Amino acid sequence: SCSLSITVHVFSKLIMEEASPPLRCFSESHSSELFSDDGVQTVTSREQVNSNKMIKWMILPYFFRPTLLREQHYHYLKKGLRHLSDAYECLDASRPWLCYWILHSLELLEEPVPAAVASDVCQFLARCQSPTGGFSGGPCQHAHLAPTYAAVNALCILGTEEAYKVINREKLLDFLYSVKQPDGSFVMHVGGEVDVRSAYCAASVASLTNIITPTLFDGTHNWILSCQNWEGGLGGVPGLEAHGGYTFCGTAALVILGKEHMLDLKTLLRWVTSRQMRFEGGFQGRCNKLVDGCYSFWQAGLLPLLHRALFKEGDSTLSVSSWMFERKALQEYILLCCQNPGGGLLDKPGKSRDFYHTCYCLSGLSIAQHFGNKDLHNELILGRDENRLAPTHPVYNICPEKVAQAIEHFHRLPVPVQTESTPSTMDQS
Amino acid sequence: TSNKTRYLSHSSLFLDRKEWADLEPVPQDDGPNPVVKIAYSEKFTDVFDMFRALLQNDEKSERAFALTTEAIDLNAANYTVWHYRRVLLQALDKDLREEMKYITAIIEDQPKNYQVWHHRRMVVEWLNDPSEELQFVAEILSQDAKNYHAWQHRQWVMQEYKLWDGELEYVEELLEEDVRNNSAWNQRHFVINHTSGYSDSSILDREVQYTLKQIKKAPHNESAWNYLNGILQDGGLSSFPGLLEQVTELQDTCSSPYLTAFLVDLYEDALETNSSSYDQQEMFNKALELCKFLAEEKDTIRREYWNYVSRSLQNTYGSGDPVSASSDPPPPPSSSQLPDMEPSDP
Repeated sequence: SCSLSITVHVFSKLIMEEASPPLRCFSESHSSELFSDDGVQTVTSREQVNSNKMIKWMILPYFFRPTLLREQHYHYLKKGLRHLSDAYECLDASRPWLCYWILHSLELLEEPVPAAVASDVCQFLARCQSPTGGFSGGPCQHAHLAPTYAAVNALCILGTEEAYKVINREKLLDFLYSVKQPDGSFVMHVGGEVDVRSAYCAASVASLTNIITPTLFDGTHNWILSCQNWEGGLGGVPGLEAHGGYTFCGTAALVILGKEHMLDLKTLLRWVTSRQMRFEGGFQGRCNKLVDGCYSFWQAGLLPLLHRALFKEGDSTLSVSSWMFERKALQEYILLCCQNPGGGLLDKPGKSRDFYHTCYCLSGLSIAQHFGNKDLHNELILGRDENRLAPTHPVYNICPEKVAQAIEHFHRLPVPVQTESTPSTMDQS
Repeated sequence: TSNKTRYLSHSSLFLDRKEWADLEPVPQDDGPNPVVKIAYSEKFTDVFDMFRALLQNDEKSERAFALTTEAIDLNAANYTVWHYRRVLLQALDKDLREEMKYITAIIEDQPKNYQVWHHRRMVVEWLNDPSEELQFVAEILSQDAKNYHAWQHRQWVMQEYKLWDGELEYVEELLEEDVRNNSAWNQRHFVINHTSGYSDSSILDREVQYTLKQIKKAPHNESAWNYLNGILQDGGLSSFPGLLEQVTELQDTCSSPYLTAFLVDLYEDALETNSSSYDQQEMFNKALELCKFLAEEKDTIRREYWNYVSRSLQNTYGSGDPVSASSDPPPPPSSSQLPDMEPSDP
């Protein structure tokens, strides 16, 4: 590894004139950020040391400006929107997710969706809508909050009258009541499991489609708050380890409910900023675990939420130019380590591409590139200007214009009245 | 293209079997111009076409139960199939002990799937028998000591059936194997929280000493430092007797960005509580000095964060003019400025 360091050093010095702002990963001090195992080897440390080695090999060729492989990603996404290989049989109960992951990736790349395709997506998602309300993973499957979230987001990205009209708001409200629990939490589907994802999915779709009734989220914020633990982050259910995906879901749900100030924001901020990896530049999902490109969104996406929460509390010491994470380092990790040369993005070098990682790596790249909003905007684009993605809304993870447009459309409609009585206990079967 | 009078003896497709001849398979209706269309294998299509037929007829039979096994084998994430299987387990009064053996095997094979763990939980509840659970989860954790679903199941079993005995010992075994296992540190907190709690000073002492011991073994292990911070939050870092001394002593041999960050937390707590045990001015100056050291040298990836902490400290405890992140004050918030994240008022 000594000769590797020298090679990296020599190459970077030779070619650096070409690159304008030098990359953090080629700086003199970068190698001091390698993981120190204190001479005590454990499973965790061996995995982390290997991860560092992989990253080191990956960054070697990148002397020149890192490039987002737009063309390649576009073709990967365009094809996937129509056809998927049998490797996707394992996602046969998540097809609205595939629609959302792909459509959101396309909107970040600012690639338009042809009207015919958009209409086909609407008709497919209509087939995924359950007669009892909500959306399922595929035609004739049971409704589930995760594909419901994905379907509503996908339809809002399309943003046409046809798309909005797909959603049966009255039945959607019935579905949400049918999965609501007495303690404020939600099960993911009738007869299914509880965790904080469900609260986010419910809050997201209910707020976008304007179906929030006075009682729908009774107790929900208190249940979510009980998921914050000794680490400062949130676990899937009370008692569990703090985890990026669940922390994002809980925090974003609380923002929607207007209760984010009830979190211990200081310990949450410390936890999430500590999840950025000093060597890799990307984020890990939990303390002492490995970096993964998808956490570029789940973790980094928390910083805009926390920034706004602290601002609302009257914090005058917040930065006016940046989210509280190393934006360049994250962009470097995504562009240098998470792109498949044939299109699509991934977890870390050595892993396969997939549409989930494509969506969340690109979403994280967008978060890192854009600070603020219309009036107080600041862009930090690593590499070529062409790497610039569209901004994304940190609560819903669709473009802000699509959020505004959907909210405007659905707020012209009255909040439906709950039509069916709800079972008060979970359906045991 | 099933021809009901032709029963192939070599085909394993359901549509060719005579025991299924009465059931017309229901093809998936993806519409005329499908999107995200998966190129299912012939076997996949066969099984799920039959599954849809059964579901449509609400058939409750042994063959339906057998079909769910096939469907799960093809896609264990299909929650509709699992739900149907549970309906059948009850309607046919199936042997739940056999089902436990089945779900044990499926989880061993696919331990990172939500549905399989939820199914196990349902069967345990029906049997009202948690007696195999802790051993089973320990077996899964022996293959992946951080499996989130496994820990979730374990915590549910322990709380539901009040099975707290021996868990602290189990956690210590895991930490012996890998002191960096953050899931184990979390479990430690879970057990103690639900048994003795941390308010007893002899418990807190024991935990602080245990954690410092682990820190000395591996000073760059963030989990241990986070645990130390976590258990002292309520009481206050600066209120724990002798802690500042113990940690400062570690600096020569066990220096790490985590030690430095811990000192910042301790100094900040002293300031917050306006503790008379410490010189407030010294706490303030040291805290700022360490924030700068972290931002500029030892923890530069978190530069933005440490600069924010520094500004916050100056703003709250400083004696000078109000501090902000730039020379211009931020513009006052207006409704157009920030993305509208909340639903509008009714």
